[in-house]
Amino acid sequence: MSERTYAETKIDCNEEGYLTDLKQWNKAVATEIAAEEGIELLPKHWEVLDFIQDQYKNDIPLTIRKIGKSGVVDIKTFYQLFPGGPLKKASRIAGIPKPVSCI
Amino acid sequence: METLEKSAKVSKDEKPVKKMMLILSKATIDNVYACFILANGARMEGIESEIFFTFFGLEAIQKEKLNHLHIATVGNPAMHMPTMLGGLPGMEALASKMMKNEMEKLDIPPVGEFLEILSASGTKLWACRLAMDMFHLNKDKLIDEIDGVLTVGDFYARAKGDGTHVLFI
Repeated sequence: MSERTYAETKIDCNEEGYLTDLKQWNKAVATEIAAEEGIELLPKHWEVLDFIQDQYKNDIPLTIRKIGKSGVVDIKTFYQLFPGGPLKKASRIAGIPKPVSCI
Repeated sequence: METLEKSAKVSKDEKPVKKMMLILSKATIDNVYACFILANGARMEGIESEIFFTFFGLEAIQKEKLNHLHIATVGNPAMHMPTMLGGLPGMEALASKMMKNEMEKLDIPPVGEFLEILSASGTKLWACRLAMDMFHLNKDKLIDEIDGVLTVGDFYARAKGDGTHVLFI
């Protein structure tokens, strides 16, 4: 467990920089984490982040296949929105744990 | 213990995997999925991946065949099934159906959908020219997502750069 400062607030994170408490998440925090990942959040990003947070809250494990079937974004666009490891990056920005799925 | 510490030290200087060049030469479900999951897993980690379908691996990209792949129930000791029993008519289909059901439960897509996902994820899909000629196949028989038909030389030419690994399945 470590603390990092985002949006002038101390946020609990694990060693890999994933939030450990979704309640500490807000849009300003997300924007700063995204900047660390080299991503500027546009409206489409927020739609995707909303979707994966919903999945997490409903205890549904995330997979690339589910993203493709979400109706929010197709897989190709998902890779373009979060280049270089999209499921992990999107999860980190959305304040949820690192996905454990291999697919 | 000492060796462990040593290897931990070395790992800091090791270069990460940047590109996976997978060669799929078989068409049993276990081999095809191992290949697809490795290719997809690479993309999910930000690693480039390409698949070269050769020999029986071509079955996995033929429109009419890809959704009818089987697991081997004969000559496969890991099935823990007597060879005589494994050879009974319908046994291979039954075992394959059961395996596909288990995979669906884990949200592992069927072969056709998996290929669409791979293509959309940026995995390059190549067919082997020599194997295509040997099986008298033309491109019309293959799925639309195929990026092209290559020779071995073409494939090696694409395996450039630091951190590129070639894996034969």
